[in-house]
Amino acid sequence: MTFSQSDIDALLPLPPATFHILMALADEHRHGYAIIQDIAMRTNSELRMSAGTLYRSIQRMQEQDLIVETHRRPHPDEDDERRRYYQITPFGIAVARAEARRLAQLVKLARARGIVPERA
Amino acid sequence: MRLHSLLLYLYPSSFRHEYGEELSHIFSERRQQSGNGFSVIWLWISEIIDVIKNASPAHWDILRQDLRYGLRTLARARGFTITAIVITGLGIGANTAAFSVIDHVLLRPFPFPDADRMVQLWQGSPGYPQVELSPPNFYDWQRLSTSFEAMAAYTGAAANFLGESEPQRLDGTAVTPEFFNILGVQPFLGRVFNADDVREKAAKAVIVSYAFWQSTLGGIPDVLTKGIRLDSDSYTVIGVMPPDFSFPSRGKQIWIPLVLGDPPKDSRDNLYLQAMAKLKPGVSLEQARAELAVIAGRLAQQYPKENEKVRAVVEPLRDQVPNQTRLLLWALFGASFCVLLIACTNLAGLLLAKAISRRKELTVRAAVGAGRERLVRQLLTESLVLALLGGALGVLFAVIGLPLLLGLVPARLPISDVTVLDRRVFVFAALVTAITALAFGVAPALRMCKGVTYEGLQEGSRSGIGGRREWFRSMLVVTEIAASIVLLVSAGLLIRALWRVQSIDPGFRTDSVLSLQTYLPMPRYASNATRAGFYNDVLTNVRALPGIMNAGYISSLPMLPGGGIWPVTVPGMQGGGTSDAALTVAIRVVSPGYLDTLGIALRSGRDIRESDTLSSPYVAIVSESFVRRYWPNQDPIGRTFHFAFENFPFAEQDRTVVGVVNDVRFRGLERPSEPQVYLAYNQLPDRTATFYAPRELVIRSSTDPASIIPVIRRIIQKADAEMPITAVRPLREVVDLQTAPRSTQIRLVACFALLSLLLAGIGIHGLLSFAVGQRSQEFGLRIALGAKSRDVLGMVFRDGIFLSGIGVTLGLFLSFYSGRSIQALLAGVGPFDPGTVAVVCLVALAMTLSGSLLPGIRAMRTNPVTVIRGE
Repeated sequence: MTFSQSDIDALLPLPPATFHILMALADEHRHGYAIIQDIAMRTNSELRMSAGTLYRSIQRMQEQDLIVETHRRPHPDEDDERRRYYQITPFGIAVARAEARRLAQLVKLARARGIVPERA
Repeated sequence: MRLHSLLLYLYPSSFRHEYGEELSHIFSERRQQSGNGFSVIWLWISEIIDVIKNASPAHWDILRQDLRYGLRTLARARGFTITAIVITGLGIGANTAAFSVIDHVLLRPFPFPDADRMVQLWQGSPGYPQVELSPPNFYDWQRLSTSFEAMAAYTGAAANFLGESEPQRLDGTAVTPEFFNILGVQPFLGRVFNADDVREKAAKAVIVSYAFWQSTLGGIPDVLTKGIRLDSDSYTVIGVMPPDFSFPSRGKQIWIPLVLGDPPKDSRDNLYLQAMAKLKPGVSLEQARAELAVIAGRLAQQYPKENEKVRAVVEPLRDQVPNQTRLLLWALFGASFCVLLIACTNLAGLLLAKAISRRKELTVRAAVGAGRERLVRQLLTESLVLALLGGALGVLFAVIGLPLLLGLVPARLPISDVTVLDRRVFVFAALVTAITALAFGVAPALRMCKGVTYEGLQEGSRSGIGGRREWFRSMLVVTEIAASIVLLVSAGLLIRALWRVQSIDPGFRTDSVLSLQTYLPMPRYASNATRAGFYNDVLTNVRALPGIMNAGYISSLPMLPGGGIWPVTVPGMQGGGTSDAALTVAIRVVSPGYLDTLGIALRSGRDIRESDTLSSPYVAIVSESFVRRYWPNQDPIGRTFHFAFENFPFAEQDRTVVGVVNDVRFRGLERPSEPQVYLAYNQLPDRTATFYAPRELVIRSSTDPASIIPVIRRIIQKADAEMPITAVRPLREVVDLQTAPRSTQIRLVACFALLSLLLAGIGIHGLLSFAVGQRSQEFGLRIALGAKSRDVLGMVFRDGIFLSGIGVTLGLFLSFYSGRSIQALLAGVGPFDPGTVAVVCLVALAMTLSGSLLPGIRAMRTNPVTVIRGE
């Protein structure tokens, strides 16, 4: 699959929910509930995404080719056949990177202005 | 979990199918973790909020996609889209315009506070269900009743106004002080009347309309400190009414106090007061009726001569719309609804045809995963877009078409204006639009998406018309034809009724007769001699003009209200009293030459003469019906009668009949008139019955009546420079006014009927064109096997005539019932008029043949070689 920088730029800035889902899928493929749990864990339960918000985001992200449903499933002992698993696409990785860069740039700007403290 | 599955129904079904199981799964995991009690309740609340929060954007996303896709599809098929929008627009426009008139005239409350408690009061007696009140009766009803918060009387009170420009005749109303209190309307400037204004010696006060204040009094606020001259008196302007105020009817310019006296001096026979009242809160109409019935009964015992048969009539003010107007409007609304029905049916047919041609596209979408519900939703969105655009166009049509309908709004209603663009009408238009979208969208969408399968993709597959679908479209076309037949028959019947009414002989000639009004201001013209001087000046000079055949004056033209209905007593006959319609006559006061000017034929005796004066015996000319009633088969000339009024010396004088004339329809073309009596204008005494002083000048000329108007004006102004000249019009117009609402309605219904005929024709054409396309192989084979062009054409025509035959039969059956429902408008024409039916059948045949012609020619030209090769 090929994509251009303009394809990536067209999606920026990402909605926070989208960015968090991409982060959750960055290292491994997960099912919906695992995504919610991963986000809660990484944000110290500050962000508890609802199931409705999750699946509306997943629907949009699938249409945007950021993630796809995967048929690779965990070991049958750990699997629940009703679950659907999602994985990030190369385009999703590129978009997540671009968004992270954008955010870092913003933080850098804020630091230059003294709005946030320098890194220790 | 079943409850949770139900909750998920709030999501679009495509979303639910895709993620429903996952959502349920997550919910059940959370449910297991949450334990019991309060946390479960909290989990449910947050889940419900989450579903509601996410379901609406999910729907919106789909709607946006469907709209984008639908607009692209519609833009590609521009011809279809424009046709569909125009057809919808016509249907919605016709309904919206008809509704806005009906809403203003019949439905919405009058623009006054507590309008539902306002009632109109009448006297009723045998033959006269609703007549005006006499001042003493009003006085007693007001004094003795307890059901009403207030009761007011009013009566017409026009006056001549002398400003800086030409003298004007102002249309006004004399009202008792309670009038404005009942209406609950505050003046724009100044104050309304109070009890002091109606004292007999009070300074003369006037309240003016906003329009008159703006146009004639300069719109200046210090108008309240200035006086104006009305007739010969000075009045102080004490108030200006708000711009939208109009009561008792549209176009009133002034209101003056009505002084009745305490108690009134008028006779109980003298019926000229309109009365209205406001019920006390909590008092029902029935209670008020019962109370006034008791009071009327008591007055009947007290004054048996005048009041013996007088009843009290109490009706809600909102119901004071003539029945004929009511029926005219509902019939019009029915017609407009028919047009909408036909438009919807036609569109359903068009959409079905369109959907069939899009079958491949739909099949592809189904193959890549779109469910049936998703496809139906897409097609419905497109219908909605069409309906919305059609609705917008419809409102535009309604705004443009509304002036055509205003002829149906009676002038005597207290509504200032009928506007199309207000909230109620918009809500109605939106509702009609939504119903329209559903009506013409749902059936085709459901039918088309049923069984969308892989076969639709196959090359050369017949793009979809199965027998059942053709049957469905045929049914639509039959419905259209039937509805258009109902409209055509109704229009035909109404036209026949109009012709019948127009052919009624009014009893006078209208051709080449000009009429105009000169209201003689009182008390300046209170004496007979002064009036005679003016009439003589005007009539002599007018008759001397070249081309003038004759001219005359009359107190009130036939067919216009306000003539005078008096009871008579004939020596040797029983009777009298206003309460008996069988013994009353219509009176008019006329000058010599009036009868000749209007071509009213003198059957025997002579015309009124200038020499019939106060010093000579009182004379009268009577109509043939008068003679038939009182002296059948006898010579009436020289016989006498008098009017049965008490304490009215002028009326009590014996009148000698000097002439007999043909009958005239004083009450209009469609209503029977009382027998008529003409009195001599020089015998109207001083300061008495000045209301009957002739004011209508009629002139017959051999030249164009319009060309003589300037000369006539000069003659009148020379006779009296302060005399206003109003209502200058050919006499024909006065008669035409009688049929004006009918003509307006017929124009509209005929318009609707033609429109529906056109739509039905398009429907037949569309269906047959499609069917011919589907059967091209069959035609090709038949032609190859030797069928003649004539046979093929005949086959298509047969199909058309078969459909048309069913539609016409159904339509004729329905039109019998629609005819019966408008029978009161048909002036005696039967609801199943053979002539009308024959014409309508011929028109339907012509429509069917022309709708079938093009498809027939196409079928005839089928090339067998191409078709068979295609197979």
